[in-house]
Amino acid sequence: MSHSAPRYASNDGVADAIAKALGKDVVSIDEVHGEIAVTVVTSRLVEAMTALRDECAYQQLMEIAGVDWPDQDPRFEVVYCLLSLTKNHRIRVHVRTNEDVPVPSVTGIWPVAGWLEREVFDMYGVLFEGNSDLRRILTDYGFQGHPQRKDFPLTGFVELRYSEEHKRVMYEPVTLAQDFRSFDFMSPWEGADYVLPGDEKGEAK
Amino acid sequence: MSLSPDLAPTTTGEDIQNYTINFGPQHPAAHGVLRLVMELDGEIVERLDPHVGLLHRGTEKLIEYKTYLQALPYFDRLDYCSPLAMEHSYVLAIEKMLDCDVPLRAQYLRVLFAELTRICNHMLNLGSHVMDVGAMTPNLWLFEIREDCLNFFERASGARMHAAWFRPGGVHQDVPLKLLTDIGDWLDKRMPTLFEDAISLVADNRIFKQRNVDIAVVSKDDAIKWGFSGPMIRGAGIPWDIRKSQPYDVYDRMEFDIPVGTKGDCYDRFMVRVEEVRQSVRIMKQCLRDMPEGPVLTEDRKVAPPKRGEMKQSMEALIHHFKLYTEGFKVPEGSVYVATESPKGEFGVYLVSDGTNKPYRCKIRPTAFSHLQAMDFMSRGHMLADTTAILGALDIVFGECDR
Repeated sequence: MSHSAPRYASNDGVADAIAKALGKDVVSIDEVHGEIAVTVVTSRLVEAMTALRDECAYQQLMEIAGVDWPDQDPRFEVVYCLLSLTKNHRIRVHVRTNEDVPVPSVTGIWPVAGWLEREVFDMYGVLFEGNSDLRRILTDYGFQGHPQRKDFPLTGFVELRYSEEHKRVMYEPVTLAQDFRSFDFMSPWEGADYVLPGDEKGEAK
Repeated sequence: MSLSPDLAPTTTGEDIQNYTINFGPQHPAAHGVLRLVMELDGEIVERLDPHVGLLHRGTEKLIEYKTYLQALPYFDRLDYCSPLAMEHSYVLAIEKMLDCDVPLRAQYLRVLFAELTRICNHMLNLGSHVMDVGAMTPNLWLFEIREDCLNFFERASGARMHAAWFRPGGVHQDVPLKLLTDIGDWLDKRMPTLFEDAISLVADNRIFKQRNVDIAVVSKDDAIKWGFSGPMIRGAGIPWDIRKSQPYDVYDRMEFDIPVGTKGDCYDRFMVRVEEVRQSVRIMKQCLRDMPEGPVLTEDRKVAPPKRGEMKQSMEALIHHFKLYTEGFKVPEGSVYVATESPKGEFGVYLVSDGTNKPYRCKIRPTAFSHLQAMDFMSRGHMLADTTAILGALDIVFGECDR
């Protein structure tokens, strides 16, 4: 072990214990970078989480993160980070979903999930079935769109200013003084898979 | 003229409706831009709905468009009361994915400054908490300490608040010896005097206790269910500290105690923080005592840039420098969730890499989010004036909550 990141209890045997406790609800269990990630069937999430809390002693839900993979079919990934205070161990639970397939809410198991799910809904538009208070949370009142999606531009669509004329804050379409710059740093020095500008003639020979 | 009883507004027999008031978003006791929509029955809080997001700056989105190193300064701007503790989770997450070695001196320096950050943060929180419940003087004295901390940050990194000093692979620059001796002197003399003086004014103060004891009692079960961490879970009586149970950097070599509360009220949370400051002083003294000489940044030139002097002599060093500051380094595919004990609780970073030089996704787990969410059930049945004490004891900063 050479990195100095937090060191918790060993992963030995944890994957087997989880596989046994969850049974058919598990899609896959991976261990990458020393962390266990359990992918479960989306519709069986609540049952799987209850089993993880009661049988495997993961008492705390620390975080729910959304990830957008626009190229894959169930587009969104929702990641639950669980912590066991008694076993001093962390795992992640992943589920996959689409825009129109709601994820079962875990607010019945952990009330803290209420806001965390609201945030994923706000940022990605993932729906949570059973969350009684699925309002936007971080974006402005009346905001449209889901800003963390990969197809949402960094600059957004509207900008805000105080209008002296109307005596109120107003939204207007974004105007950029210079084009948005995004450099492609994936190094062409290490073997580009396209013809470099100026090399076309060399290729033709 | 006398007012006949049947004309008095409260005796007409009609039901008195609960009324809703709006607390914030610009209120000195709101600790930032928090809007609380409170439903009151007389002076009793019936329901409380915190509206957050007024300081949302899209940090997570911005990070996706920056290289790993360029994204680092955003972390200073999350919890601007404890900037270095925010960087700590992020650099550890990158190091975990790279499986990168950190020199021992850098690990000691990081722990030293993380604890200094904890003191700095608690000075602000303890001071503003006592001010929220009506005491003025301790805040002024505690700000003296905070000022000293900020001066130390400046001497180490060049910036008083937004240090950007922790880097993947170590810290940016070594500190001068005089800074370490000055910190040692400060820990021995000035800091304990000022701190104990200020705390002695409030710890046993009758008014302070009346405002805090038995306010917002949180049971152990509730603390677990609501995802509490840091002083909030310890205040509820659960001895959980990531520095102790999941040590990172050189915390496993440090000797320190974890204070816990007995009742789980606002006073316990306050006193847990007070004791944490004393324990931080202990840790810092051990750091100063044991810190070895040596490099402060990894020698892996694919992660950390060479020294400037070397760069002017060696072509290879120049190439490394150029590549690191334009393209940056690439992080192997995968994802990690790394959480450290920030002064406010568990501060986590869920980092997803697709093998390029930019994070594919960087989810920040703020401490304030779960704590603030619990404020509804903590405030129910308490008086309107207690909400400021509850909010003060939550220790919330909106840079981090709203991101």
